[in-house]
Amino acid sequence: MTVTQSSAGEVEKKEDLVTITIDDTEVSVPKGTLIIRAAELIGIEIPRFCDHPLLDPVAACRQCMVEIPDMGNGRGMPKPQPSCAITVMPGMKVNTQLTSEKAEKAQRGMLEFLLINHPLDCPICDKGGECPLQNQSLSHGDGESRYDGVKRVYPKPINLSAQILLDRERCVLCARCTRFSEQIAGDPFIQLMDRGAWQQVNIAGDQELESYWSGNTIQICPVGALTSAAYRFRSRPFDLVSVPSIAEHDSSGSAIRVDHRRGTVMRRLAGDDPEVNEEWISDKDRFAFRYGRGEDRLTQPLVRDNGELRSASWPEAIDVAVRGLRAAGSSVGVLPGGRLTQEDAYGYSKFARAVLGTNDIDFRARPHSAEEAEYLASTVAGSGLGVTFTDLENASAVLMAGFEPEDEGGIVFLRLRKANLKKQLKSYQIAPYLSDGARKMGATLIPTIPANEALTLSGLKDVELDDKSVIIVGERLARSPGALTAALELSGRTGARLAWIPRRAGERGAVEAGCLPNLLPGGRPVVDAAARVDTAATWGVESLPTLTGRSAEEILAAAAGGDVKALLVGGLQPADFRDPALVKNGLENAGFVVSLEARSSEVTERADVVLPVGLLEERAGSFVNWEGRNRAFDVVLKKPNTMSDLRVLAALADGLGRDLGIRTVEQAAAELAELGPWEGARAAAPNHDPATPAGVGSDPNSAILSTWRLHIDDARAIDGEPHLAATARRPVARLSQRTAEAAGIGQFVQVSTSRGALRLPVELVDELPAGVIWVPTRAAGLGVGEHLAVSSGEVVRIEGAN
Amino acid sequence: MTDPITPVLTANWADDRAWKLTNYERRGGYATLRKALRSDPDDIATLVKDSQLRGRGGAGFPTGFKWSLLDKDLSKPRYLVVNADESEPGACKDMPMMMASPHTLVEGVIISSFAFHAHHAFIYVRGEVLHVVRRLQQAVAEAYSAGYLGRNIQGSGYDLDLIVHAGAGAYICGEETALLDSLEGRRGQPRLKPPFPAVAGLYGSPTVINNVESISTIPAIVGNGIDWFTSMGVDNGKGMGIMSLAGHVNNPGQVEVPLGTTLRELLDVTGGIRDGHRLKFWTPGGSSSPIFTDEHLDVPLDYDSVAKAGSMLGTRSLQIFDETVSVVRTVLRWSEFYKHESCGKCTPCREGTWWLVQILQRIEAGQGQEGDIEKLLDLCDNIGGKAFCALGDAATSPINSAIKYFRDEFEAGYHTPAWELFPPERSVVYAHAGRTTPPNPPEPVTSAGGTGSAESFGGIQ
Repeated sequence: MTVTQSSAGEVEKKEDLVTITIDDTEVSVPKGTLIIRAAELIGIEIPRFCDHPLLDPVAACRQCMVEIPDMGNGRGMPKPQPSCAITVMPGMKVNTQLTSEKAEKAQRGMLEFLLINHPLDCPICDKGGECPLQNQSLSHGDGESRYDGVKRVYPKPINLSAQILLDRERCVLCARCTRFSEQIAGDPFIQLMDRGAWQQVNIAGDQELESYWSGNTIQICPVGALTSAAYRFRSRPFDLVSVPSIAEHDSSGSAIRVDHRRGTVMRRLAGDDPEVNEEWISDKDRFAFRYGRGEDRLTQPLVRDNGELRSASWPEAIDVAVRGLRAAGSSVGVLPGGRLTQEDAYGYSKFARAVLGTNDIDFRARPHSAEEAEYLASTVAGSGLGVTFTDLENASAVLMAGFEPEDEGGIVFLRLRKANLKKQLKSYQIAPYLSDGARKMGATLIPTIPANEALTLSGLKDVELDDKSVIIVGERLARSPGALTAALELSGRTGARLAWIPRRAGERGAVEAGCLPNLLPGGRPVVDAAARVDTAATWGVESLPTLTGRSAEEILAAAAGGDVKALLVGGLQPADFRDPALVKNGLENAGFVVSLEARSSEVTERADVVLPVGLLEERAGSFVNWEGRNRAFDVVLKKPNTMSDLRVLAALADGLGRDLGIRTVEQAAAELAELGPWEGARAAAPNHDPATPAGVGSDPNSAILSTWRLHIDDARAIDGEPHLAATARRPVARLSQRTAEAAGIGQFVQVSTSRGALRLPVELVDELPAGVIWVPTRAAGLGVGEHLAVSSGEVVRIEGAN
Repeated sequence: MTDPITPVLTANWADDRAWKLTNYERRGGYATLRKALRSDPDDIATLVKDSQLRGRGGAGFPTGFKWSLLDKDLSKPRYLVVNADESEPGACKDMPMMMASPHTLVEGVIISSFAFHAHHAFIYVRGEVLHVVRRLQQAVAEAYSAGYLGRNIQGSGYDLDLIVHAGAGAYICGEETALLDSLEGRRGQPRLKPPFPAVAGLYGSPTVINNVESISTIPAIVGNGIDWFTSMGVDNGKGMGIMSLAGHVNNPGQVEVPLGTTLRELLDVTGGIRDGHRLKFWTPGGSSSPIFTDEHLDVPLDYDSVAKAGSMLGTRSLQIFDETVSVVRTVLRWSEFYKHESCGKCTPCREGTWWLVQILQRIEAGQGQEGDIEKLLDLCDNIGGKAFCALGDAATSPINSAIKYFRDEFEAGYHTPAWELFPPERSVVYAHAGRTTPPNPPEPVTSAGGTGSAESFGGIQ
């Protein structure tokens, strides 16, 4: 049951408080509080179904009836009233079921009504054991029903989407799911239909519930009417062990609850964290947790012998790895990837500097730039808790660039949409067109051709920004020359605060840990001698490498050319890079590759030593979310031999005759805390020129590419969860009718570069500037990097296809 | 005895093609509008308020007072919505009104809208009555052609557009906020109040929703003055109203009388109960009003007197049932109606009507179980006053009142089917071929046994 989330930490002003009497107990609550919430504050639980603190009142289930003998004006209400829909009035008197027979009878009667058409199939229902209908029937209802009639029956269940199933017989028609879809997610694809007892939740025709948030409807369903294809009939709540954790599929750091049974995670639910994800999580955070159960799971160390990988013992594998690394000396490139916990990332950062003696470390397994590294060093690293979700909600305006809130921001989208609906937040989207997500949060488009963001930012008109405004820059801005420079300049000019929101859970933590060629932990610039001395002192080493290292792409290119002799690689995928071939080439031509991974990958295939690390659910640690908030989580499933990246790195350091000094999450966290944020001069801000405006050439078959990753796509994170994968949006290429006609494109388009081609169905979006084409970055089998080796803002060839 | 009939709204109903504009004007129609357009709108609003006209749709909310509740902010448009979704079982006053004299309503709409500064008005008509919809559309088109609607009406500078909107056939859309949802193109379900329509109604703007008869009465009040109007009726129930008589009367139809007239007076002037029979029970205001019996023949039919006697004036739909009719059967038919028309939004109405019907069905079939009557009463108590809108309360009225007056008939349902006690063919006015209707009602059959007839012919209509 949901408990009120107001007032935590807030000090209400005296004049805003209203005093009412509930069951002879006085309580003072903020003006506008609903009776049912006020009652919760003094420990009186009024039964309810349709009521949900994050949804608008609807007063449909009539379960929460109370008597109001005095509305505060001396007059009482002649009939019982729904406490979920009436706000407190000064002097109001309320009698709940505890002191009013009328209220008690009304509630008892309502529960009896709710059960007459309910199948009472609790013994086989997913919700049985954690069901508000079951619980409240026991606490507030009669033991026996007087109903002996005919129940309403339906075929069951029906699919609302590939993932969400509806059992209409169990439904009590509280409208929580439909209100969630409309009010919170903005995907009103489920509605109440028909009437009377035949009223039912349903979809229209074959338009299924297309939403990245649909799983929340299951969680808030007060009965077992909504179930997921993934969890239906898999376990009973009372057999589950619940562990609070943090979701790993975006940078929001959503609180989740992980339920496991006999060593297997059965499901994940949204946790309740008013500061971060409130009570919602994305479908990916909810359902994508089976990725470690496939045959590709690495369980034993592997070493390459005569060209073939074979199983090896840990001591042997560590030995082989140490030998290879020792031979390479400091000529090792470190690519930890963007999905690590802060503690693991810190392990890589320290290992690179203190053990290997190199600054060739870069977590960015995606299109990136030097300007971005400078921006992260100067503005993000070591800046602590910056703009928060609450700040977004209360902002005077939000300007977004290189960032798609729903696809790339997770909970950020829900919060921005809430702010728009509840607080009329004005937001502006610098993009070539307004996506569905941006539209749902009421954003205004500032049409911009990809790679021209810098000019838009510096020439911004008609957007009023002040010190309560926020400029959100996404990771894609890295590939737009001068854009981050321009965003900094705009922030300086207007006072608007900057928020960098990457896609991956581990990126902000990796920045804090110093997994960048120009950055030591806590925002310490590599080139700052004082910062190096400070770090070296904490680490107990004499000195640290002084020169800025290579970026990820430079490391891989150098490895291909023999300038970097060995690679130490964490969990990353070549397909995530702008040019996957460059990555594979680097891995293949590096003299020696050590891979730390949980699952076999394209890196594994090219590694000399593979050291298997545990899944996230088997490990503890913390993510730093985009706000800069530390999101620590504990082990969900204790497996005795689970290795963390940190533990493996410590073993490698031992083998190399150096002591990493940290072996456990606690030690890493303690050392990071000891280092703290850098208090000296920050790294210099980037100062890059904008790109020459990418004009539309005279060739109608030449177009500028706009692309970003959709929330659900070809990610390996959703492996093992086919129902979730089936809710991915149909991949389409978007371009304006004018562009399509000029290029002779009909229903299908072929997008190509010298490296390859993609064929996609066309969706005409006339908002798109002429000569711009949008394609999803990683639709299943249609990877832009893999087939085209370009990223957003680059030129591609477009032609009609059959 | 003096003839109580006071034809005002119904005065022209018998005219040749009374619905045509020319015929309406020949009788002085639209003269009041022309006069009104030259006066101060606020004066008209005050006049209506002072006339003490109470809403004729059922609840009896003072019409002028309703207008005065409109949000004072004039920056948003104001709307008049005429509730012409007459669907109450037994109710039959608005439909004949709109069929016979649609211009009376149109004139009322224009004067009312003018009085509270609305420039858009809507008539929401029940969708099933296509003939009424057509007639209204014709009348509105005529009024536009004649310059009574549209821009600069009769040179007054006042603009008004009137839209006739047909519903899709749901009783719930007569509930004013459900009507608004339906009018906006949504599913008709009642809205959570506050905000009330006077503050945020149609499209979130201040809206007045009035019944057809209320609005049709406006021209008469404005034309004839307060003294004329208040000379009719009783305290707290001024003026006249259309009573519709249906069922076992010799002359069913509409009669316009001052409020406070009794059923006995009405029967006296209209020809009484059908010959050879006597009154058993009746509804003062359609199926939603608790039933009355022959003890209530002298209850004055005005808001307060009917309420004092335990029912409500409602829509003045006087459904008359003689002694051939089974109360159980009648109540079951009404309950089936409420079950079918429950919108499903709230639990007590949705589930309660589903349950009530099943109990009543077995009582009708003579298979009632010990305790069923108590159960019915308790379920009605769990529905009444707990539902989202008045439909839930309405569903309980016939059951509660029928058990109050005819408990023995429900008890008989524990062992004898209603169709044996009250063979339906005795209730019909015209016998089916091959069936004989006894000239005199027999004594109720109390013996069980006969298989009975599953005949479901409605009987009285």
